[in-house]
Amino acid sequence: MSASTPFALLANATSMPWAEVPAWPVAGFIDATAAELSRGARLCAMFGVPAGAGVQLVAVLAFDTDSILAVGSSTPCSGTFPSLTARHAQAHLFEREIWEQHGLTPDGHPWLKPVRRTAGNAPANGEFFRVAGGEIHEVAVGPVHAGIIEPGHFRFQCAGEEVLHLEIALGYQHRGIEEALSGGPHRATLIQMETIAGDTTLAHATAHATLMEALAASEAPLRAQWLRAIALELERLANHTGDLGALANDVAFLPTASACGKLRGDFLNLTSLLCGNRFGRGLVQPGGCRHDLEPARAAEMLDRLAPVLADTAQAIGWLWDSASVRARFENVGTVSAAQASEIGLVGPAARACGLVRDVRYDHASGWHRFAQAPVTVWPGGDVFARARVRSLEIQRCGEFLGEQLKAPPAGGLRGELAPAAPTRWPWRSSRAGGAKCATWP
Amino acid sequence: MNSILDLILRLDCWLLLAPLLPGIINKVKAWVAGRRGPPVLQLYYDLARLWKKGVVMSTLASPAFVVLPAVTWVAVLGAAMLLPLGPLGAGLSFRGDALLLLYLLALGRFCTAWAAMETGSAFEGMGTVREVSYAVLAEAAMIAAVLSLSVQSGSISLAAMLAPAMGASAALLAAGLFIVLLAENCRVPFDDPATHLELTMIHEVMVLDHSGPPLAVILHGAAMKLLLFTVLLVQAVLPMAHLKPLLAAAVLAGGVLAVTVAVGLVESLLARFAFRRVPLLLTTAFLLCLFALLVAWKGGLP
Repeated sequence: MSASTPFALLANATSMPWAEVPAWPVAGFIDATAAELSRGARLCAMFGVPAGAGVQLVAVLAFDTDSILAVGSSTPCSGTFPSLTARHAQAHLFEREIWEQHGLTPDGHPWLKPVRRTAGNAPANGEFFRVAGGEIHEVAVGPVHAGIIEPGHFRFQCAGEEVLHLEIALGYQHRGIEEALSGGPHRATLIQMETIAGDTTLAHATAHATLMEALAASEAPLRAQWLRAIALELERLANHTGDLGALANDVAFLPTASACGKLRGDFLNLTSLLCGNRFGRGLVQPGGCRHDLEPARAAEMLDRLAPVLADTAQAIGWLWDSASVRARFENVGTVSAAQASEIGLVGPAARACGLVRDVRYDHASGWHRFAQAPVTVWPGGDVFARARVRSLEIQRCGEFLGEQLKAPPAGGLRGELAPAAPTRWPWRSSRAGGAKCATWP
Repeated sequence: MNSILDLILRLDCWLLLAPLLPGIINKVKAWVAGRRGPPVLQLYYDLARLWKKGVVMSTLASPAFVVLPAVTWVAVLGAAMLLPLGPLGAGLSFRGDALLLLYLLALGRFCTAWAAMETGSAFEGMGTVREVSYAVLAEAAMIAAVLSLSVQSGSISLAAMLAPAMGASAALLAAGLFIVLLAENCRVPFDDPATHLELTMIHEVMVLDHSGPPLAVILHGAAMKLLLFTVLLVQAVLPMAHLKPLLAAAVLAGGVLAVTVAVGLVESLLARFAFRRVPLLLTTAFLLCLFALLVAWKGGLP
């Protein structure tokens, strides 16, 4: 199927010369993208690249079953372009960002408003969606709200106890990472990547390192790739455990909520055993890894992993055993498989809707080309399914770590990284947003 | 002179001991979760801290915003004065005081709901709607319980109603009143006093805009209400009118402690119910109290 596409094909974690990316006039480009999406492709990214006075639009598509990515672009354009969102909802956020960053207006976008732009200290959200009717009440929460997560403004449209619509305005806090990255990579780039989100340090650092390696047309040594895979799975374990604890907390189920808080710390401590930092800072660098896992420490990690996994399984088991929890999880917040693919869901959220979508499997890069955990899918799309997917992934993740820690590949940790060729796609020196496209963690 | 001293002592007891209960519940929860938890006296520290703070008033709110929490507090304290304490009797007792108790509790809720709507926030309106709609069902159960006590004793004075042993219907009444206690005091599974997920809160959201001394008054009033329901539940089930005062006090204290620990355990081991399932549980409480009434009414017949 993908063989007949007019788009240029590219595997995950590789690069191609910018000149080889096909370009069409903008209307034709949107039509071609829509045609590919209609026959099953998924929109990974869509963004603008300044070219002279105009802007070139670029779309990255994923053919998950063929394990291949496809790239296409428009010729430089300005003013307006026909909106893709009207035909494929998954493009809506990308088009809003293009409008915000480059001033190109997607003609026919149903709900055009800024993504990150601020007005004063608040996000420039503009109009909130309103449901009309005398019975409807609008509830505004935030930006100062009862959580310790970041400030955000939430508008609920409620009819009695039924929430009809929620609109979220984020972006009250800015560290300016995006601006700081431009013109890079410079000495701080890796550290900035690691601090984008504290609990996703390793994933972002690995994405950045893989991108740099792809641009240099090289690869980290196998042992470094193995280490990254182990660190990434530890990060997954910590986050899934934390998420399940948060789910339990939200329905006021204390046993799992308390246990998971502690167990997440245990997983973070295992990451600390690996590299000296609980969140894995400083482990990954372009070209390899900074710390090795000697056989003695690998054995210690295996020893410490087993009881933590057993405790986690028990704590999560309480969730399934408790009728009051299941009553709160089942048939709540259901996303159908059709909706999930329409809005382009990925990750555990997509897998909980029954979509077989796992980048470690569909677009394997690094160590996952050689060692794979089975893709965890649960049908249903409700909160229960999302909890189940996480709990099953914890099991499979544990098995994966158990196997991998016993069979380390030999070799060095760091390779030489040739300087990146500036004309190769997808690196864009002006804007760092494109850095996401080469690898898709 | 003696009765005035008695009243003062009684007031002191209710005022000083009430904030202990939430502390015990939190300690039980912490113990089940394997944590150390906040000190048992935490609510006392919180009240002292809040008392020293200023009051933030919405420009939309009328003075009722500050006055109503005080009215609620006085209503609950008045209800507490009506409640007899074993052989010590009540601070105030007359024929029909059971009805006044119910109405004082209703008055307290009405004032809390009114104060919550003062700021005009949709959010607090939602909490009020929930509180009041639960109250409709919880009150039915409460009235059935009072009625069954009244039928059992043939009196509508609390002192007489709480004195005799309940016999067969005691278990039914205990279960029913325990559920009412959980609902009236916004504990799990009806409301989660620990969560601050804005859209799901009930009691917490109603008092969200209050601050400083009014908030302290609200928190203290809530603690007194919890103590009131606990004492009522213990006395409706355990006959203690004929015990010696010291022994009765010990039994009462032990009973209150047991109920408080039970609330903590429920909170530790049960998830909160979805809103649509709450009426079912409250109806169950009503039916339990209704059957207690039937047993009290027809149980004595051959």
